[in-house]
Amino acid sequence: MLDFSANHFELFGLPTAFSLDLERLSERYRSLQRTLHPDRFAAAGERERRLSLQASSRVNEAYRVLRDPVARARYLLSLYTGEAGAESETTRDMAFLMEQMQLRESLAGATAEEDPYRLVAEVMARLDTLSGQLEGELSGRLDTPTKDGLQQARELVRKLQFVSKCRREAERIEAELDESL
Amino acid sequence: MALLQIAEPGRSAAPHQARLAAGIDLGTTNSLVATVRSGRAETLPDEQGRHLLPSVVRFRRDGVDVGYAAKEAAADDPLNTIASVKRLVGRGLEAVQGLGSRLPYELVAPAGLGVPRLRTRRGDLTPVEVSAEILRALARRAEAALGGELSGVVITVPAYFDDAQRQATKDAARLAGLKVLRLLNEPTAAAVAYGLDKEAEGMHAVYDLGGGTFDISILRLRRGLFEVLATGGDSALGGDDLDRALAGWIMERAGIPDDADPATLRRLMHDACAAKEALTDAQRAPLRIRRPDGTHWEGEIERDAFVSLADPLIVKTIAACRRTLRDAGLRAEEIEDVVLVGGSTRVPRVRQRVADFFGREPLADLDPDRVVAIGAAIQADVLAGNKSDEEMLLLDVIPLSLGLETMGGLVEKIVPRNTTIPVARTQEFTTFKDGQTAMSIQVLQGERELVADCRSLARFELRGIPPMAAGAARILVTFEVDADGLLSVTALERGSGVKASVEVKPSYGLTDREIESMLRDSLNHAGEDVAVRRLREQQIEAQRVLEALGAALAKDGDRLLAFGERALIQEAAGELTRIVAGDDPAAIEAAIQALEQASGVFVERRMNASIREAIAGRRVEELEP
Repeated sequence: MLDFSANHFELFGLPTAFSLDLERLSERYRSLQRTLHPDRFAAAGERERRLSLQASSRVNEAYRVLRDPVARARYLLSLYTGEAGAESETTRDMAFLMEQMQLRESLAGATAEEDPYRLVAEVMARLDTLSGQLEGELSGRLDTPTKDGLQQARELVRKLQFVSKCRREAERIEAELDESL
Repeated sequence: MALLQIAEPGRSAAPHQARLAAGIDLGTTNSLVATVRSGRAETLPDEQGRHLLPSVVRFRRDGVDVGYAAKEAAADDPLNTIASVKRLVGRGLEAVQGLGSRLPYELVAPAGLGVPRLRTRRGDLTPVEVSAEILRALARRAEAALGGELSGVVITVPAYFDDAQRQATKDAARLAGLKVLRLLNEPTAAAVAYGLDKEAEGMHAVYDLGGGTFDISILRLRRGLFEVLATGGDSALGGDDLDRALAGWIMERAGIPDDADPATLRRLMHDACAAKEALTDAQRAPLRIRRPDGTHWEGEIERDAFVSLADPLIVKTIAACRRTLRDAGLRAEEIEDVVLVGGSTRVPRVRQRVADFFGREPLADLDPDRVVAIGAAIQADVLAGNKSDEEMLLLDVIPLSLGLETMGGLVEKIVPRNTTIPVARTQEFTTFKDGQTAMSIQVLQGERELVADCRSLARFELRGIPPMAAGAARILVTFEVDADGLLSVTALERGSGVKASVEVKPSYGLTDREIESMLRDSLNHAGEDVAVRRLREQQIEAQRVLEALGAALAKDGDRLLAFGERALIQEAAGELTRIVAGDDPAAIEAAIQALEQASGVFVERRMNASIREAIAGRRVEELEP
């Protein structure tokens, strides 16, 4: 049976690291699902169908975690240190926090702007730049983990969570703008 | 009844005989059945060559009419003729009443948590029983065309159907005596038919506006893999609503009151629908409407007037397209092609608005009425095992988030919408009070934050939690959604090491026992013997298990099993082969179980081996340019 003790990376036959070849990940994902998906076992016995359901669910879950940088980083932290920290943990980097606050404030006022879409797009672009930087720094610390490196990675993950939450907020506002058309 | 022939494991009795399977599009206004014959998927016509079966059921004193005959009688016998039953399936009384005061039949409110029923001369019937009649009629058509009993069917449902609506559809199939190989989302089915026909690749949008439901799905097509990225819609919005809006417009002008008699309202809906269809090609449509007093109102409607009636509804569908694209993380211009599905996409205004939104002409060269049934037939053929090395695979998502009630009437989402299925996800909860020994768990589906705004799927209690300080218990709640999109929930306390657990499958109001008794009733009604049927079902199941095992042994037995291991499996298979010739369904069931047990290790090894090959094979492929 699918080795449920394997970590998500091993499941896909990929190195356990933050840097990930996403194209290869999705190739492997597809090939595993082609093998394991319940549709492949529609004519099989009860037990085999049950196994396929579990295995296919596991592969879907692993794929979801590995695809998303925040989830992937948190997963690596929990592999290396036994826990990933609460999602509510916050950074103390004041400069970073100030900028996040400003970005959120611009989003909150977006609907009153003359061109709200442009403003939201600008915020999103800034957030994408920030994620890119944070992810780059995370690769350095999570690909070959050291004690100090993991400590720093934890802080980077906190920031990345901020950025991804802010991005979701930007998307929500964009959706609201659409609805009000 | 002829005895089933059972071959030795590994040697199939009839190696080239395909299993009979069909795809069923169970629509709000029309239904279809399709099947794959000589490699071609096609919808099946009735004796008069008509492919569509109107989803209308009439209960006569001495029988049941389904389809055109029922539809024609709708105005004369409105209370015993049920149309658009799909709108009621799996829904509670409130939702059903919310569909409008113009339901032309009599609803009976349920006692307690039961389902609403329809009062007919055949008694008070649930929507599930009415749907089962439509499924039965389609299955008969398929069996007549194929010349044998169906081994299984794929039934399509709107992608936006919630858990209760899916479960109810599956129950209807069970009542009709059909084995459901899979519930398949309608837009996904359409994508399969379209994708295979055109050898399409890349991102595709399927815009499916049926009689009573609207779906939009965004899929990635890639070498036989159909991956749904996001889906959205409205399970109570469709062409019927256009008819209703048009009927309202006519009533105002013709002076027909809202509470006119059911026969008048039926005729009116029919006339409105005809006018809508006429406006597809013409700029204006004449109207001649019979009032309740027998006099007539004559007038006409221009396309522009219809457009202004239709636009508010079409705008809702476009808003859903926008949301769904965002969920998929795509922009409209990244969509390769837009596929139109559902009879209501014939309305020119719908096509125009869709084209404007996606910035390209949508495709409608496959018959939008038939494309869903054809996709379902292709999938049924694959699932029945008629194409062993078929590369096609569908990865679908759940349309609506699943969650639990937490403190303060809020919903905690456990599985967000657009999560790929199957999926299993666990969340930890704890107790709120010191010494709390039970926990009430309410399962919800929907996107809103308040419990009151979501659909409640189930409510159950986890008891036997050992008394502990508040916050010390660890309650693990696991949501499991299978490939049909159906949920089961398990709750387990494990902080103390004492296990308290409960597993539920949500129910929309009909219990398993009620369905069993309906099944018995309907079999009796059809003059079928329940015991004979049960025996036959077990024999078919046994044959399926033996065939699957035989094929597996022939392929992998030598490399994966030691001599002794194989002997044990063959012994169990021999036993089943012996018992299946008898007439004891319980003994057959037990022998199937025993065989499953004996072949467990083999099954696991096979799956393991194929996983290794999947990864290794892919490695080789990756090296190729």
